[in-house]
Amino acid sequence: MAFKLMRAAIAVAALTVATGASAQECIAPANPGGGWDFTCRQVGKSLQDLGLIDKTMQVVNLAGGGGGVAFAEVVNKRNDDNELIVAASSATATRLAQGAYPGNTMDQVRWIASIGADYGVIAVAANSEIKTLPELLDKIKTDPTSVSVAGGSAVGGWDHLKVLIAANAYGIDDVRSVKYIAFDGGGEAVTQLLAGSVQAFTGDLSEAKGFVDSGDIRVIAVLAPERLPGEFSEFPTAKEQGIDAIGANWRGFYGPGGMSDEAYNEWADKIGKLYASDEWKQVMAANGLAPLDLQGAEFQQFVANSVQQIQDISRQIGIIK
Amino acid sequence: MDTLISLADGFQTALTFENLLLALLGTFLGTMMGALPGLGPSNGVAILIPLAFTLGLGATPSLILLTSVYYGAMYGGRISSILLNIPGDEPAMMTCLDGYPMAKKGMAGEALSLSGIASFVGAFIATWGLILLAPQLVKFALLFGPAEYFALFALAFATLGGVSSTNQAKSAFAAMLGLGLAVIGVDTQTGVPRLTFGEVHLYDGLDFLVAIVGLFALSEVFIFLEHRHGESSASGAKVSVGRLTPPWKMVKETTPTMLRSSFLGFIAGVLPGAGASLGSFISYSMEKKLVDRKGTFGTGDPRGVAAPEAGNNAAAGGALVPMLALGVPGSGTTAVLLAVLLSLNITPGPLLFQNNPDVVWGLIAALFIANFMLLAMNIPMVGLFTRVLMIPPRILMPIVAMVSFVGIYGISGSSFDLLVMIGFGLMGWVLRKLDVPLVPIILGTLLGNTMENNLRRAVTISNGDYSVLVGSPLAIGLWTVAIVGFILPLFLGRFVKARMHARRDDEGSIAD
Repeated sequence: MAFKLMRAAIAVAALTVATGASAQECIAPANPGGGWDFTCRQVGKSLQDLGLIDKTMQVVNLAGGGGGVAFAEVVNKRNDDNELIVAASSATATRLAQGAYPGNTMDQVRWIASIGADYGVIAVAANSEIKTLPELLDKIKTDPTSVSVAGGSAVGGWDHLKVLIAANAYGIDDVRSVKYIAFDGGGEAVTQLLAGSVQAFTGDLSEAKGFVDSGDIRVIAVLAPERLPGEFSEFPTAKEQGIDAIGANWRGFYGPGGMSDEAYNEWADKIGKLYASDEWKQVMAANGLAPLDLQGAEFQQFVANSVQQIQDISRQIGIIK
Repeated sequence: MDTLISLADGFQTALTFENLLLALLGTFLGTMMGALPGLGPSNGVAILIPLAFTLGLGATPSLILLTSVYYGAMYGGRISSILLNIPGDEPAMMTCLDGYPMAKKGMAGEALSLSGIASFVGAFIATWGLILLAPQLVKFALLFGPAEYFALFALAFATLGGVSSTNQAKSAFAAMLGLGLAVIGVDTQTGVPRLTFGEVHLYDGLDFLVAIVGLFALSEVFIFLEHRHGESSASGAKVSVGRLTPPWKMVKETTPTMLRSSFLGFIAGVLPGAGASLGSFISYSMEKKLVDRKGTFGTGDPRGVAAPEAGNNAAAGGALVPMLALGVPGSGTTAVLLAVLLSLNITPGPLLFQNNPDVVWGLIAALFIANFMLLAMNIPMVGLFTRVLMIPPRILMPIVAMVSFVGIYGISGSSFDLLVMIGFGLMGWVLRKLDVPLVPIILGTLLGNTMENNLRRAVTISNGDYSVLVGSPLAIGLWTVAIVGFILPLFLGRFVKARMHARRDDEGSIAD
């Protein structure tokens, strides 16, 4: 056994040392298997398949602090690296907005491009008497204690904020009165919705899809600007029910703040080409990603706006001062 | 019928070359870990977690490797109990009572092979129990709201000390310490960081895998460094095995014992918190009451070897039921397995059977396969494992240290985690010296957040009314069992402990 273990250990050590510096690198700020990891790996693979990069993109998992460890690493140690991109999503923007990466702000890095979005949904159990989003929000408005909304993120996290954005748009001024119960992931939240412990669910479309297919829950609103394509088109948007609320859990990349303009434009251009390819459309369809096509300055502006919006709501509910 | 089809799918998953090889490796390493005194199933699994991650295994293969280690360690524990009168792990303690006298009578080989068969029967029956019970429990799971989950966690902690610990106050202290450690990190119900001191690495809380490897594996190395004797467990003792098959008469005589003990052990395993030590203890005491008319128990009665071994292996299988179906571990080792599942992004609980049927059924099929491998390995090859007892720690311990460091760095690539691991190793060393059990700490760290969150969810949903915690018949039932499970050992404890610990030495700081 001694030798087997030792050989495995040496092989791993050798692999770690042997990886050279020059290849393009993508940091996934979480353990293998999550959304950020998927973003890095899928984009790396597709870029190579399309011939946009010549070497295999190296994916490094740097978990911790909800992405904060990776953010600090990039800002402090890799600030001039032109060959580095980092996977990001709405969760990154939320944490930046709420100061959950101590000492870091969104201006310290350059926001490169988005690769798609997962729109928020609000759902109820299939046997619920609530049929539309205004009905639900009306109930919350008259008696906030009567409705518990469950979601998979922490209080102040993105699932929570989506409900508040909708409540705000409906004219509920004190959004703090909305009763939100945080569960460990969307699956658990849906289970409790089915068990009748809570009355509504807020989450991403991709989380809800399986339960809609099995007939367990009913989506009463999707927080997208217009109806989504394909099989999702049956879900009404919040907007068409008169509530102007949009909540997209976008996925994309940032690069180090000291990245040269040339490298920045090249990355934005490559990911733009990737986004336009047929191959990427298939990836999006297979993974329930909806369109969100932003590169370069446009994406930088989009992230800045969403950070601003999240800061405003977070201040209202007292997460930040 | 559905169950059988799922099981067939599971066998398809498990019967690949890679998975069979992993099961073989796992059962082999597990038996070895179990045989070495001090390294029990929890440590065994903890030490091999880094290996599973370093090899880059997927969810199902990792689980197959680690549950094979788990089953293997349950088998292996008996070897040093019988040959040296030192339990290889805590659940094997009861096996000393009749196993060692048998060995002294020159029947070591019979005792080893008979206990091997008993282990097989126990594990086999428990795996069927798992198949039949877990999917039923899943249907039942919708009855569990936040309040009921909170009661279930309380039950797990209340029964943890139980009969198997040396000192219930120390168990309770360890659990509280674990719960305290769980508080570190961003609070999910308010988004406020607690006890992180502005250190971004602590925002996600302590990584349980790092804590587990530090507490179990590294502290073992520290204990060794302190003693520095470098002698193997078996040095000085004469280890002779003799014939390796039990006479048919003996097998026939002990069959009813094995069946009864398997059943009892399985039930003990299913109860959250209690675990394998309770399984072997209950089985032994029950058999003693039922069949020991001539007072031969304790003097080398084969039934006294078969009962605890069938019982503790059945409990090992039983402990997987609440872990898979509800996400609440039934024992220390399943708590470690739960941590592995979570870090593989698989959430155990009612949705597991729906979302990852390949993982669940592949795992169950692998348990069957591992069990047959173990039977084959533990009867003809038992001589090999007795030689393991002669590996001096000066060779073994550096390997443990190396695997821990390389593995943990391999998982996270963070030197901060290595420091945390060393911190936990030192803590484990101090606590072992104080004879504080380590498993409740891991359970506390692992379940603390979920337990707290469920309490707060329940109270938030009821708008601040605490009576919701006892608001359903299920919750009241769980609380009753928890209170009885905590109080009863206080009264029965002295009597039971005297018997249970009569023949054990100082190796038992790790309760399963």
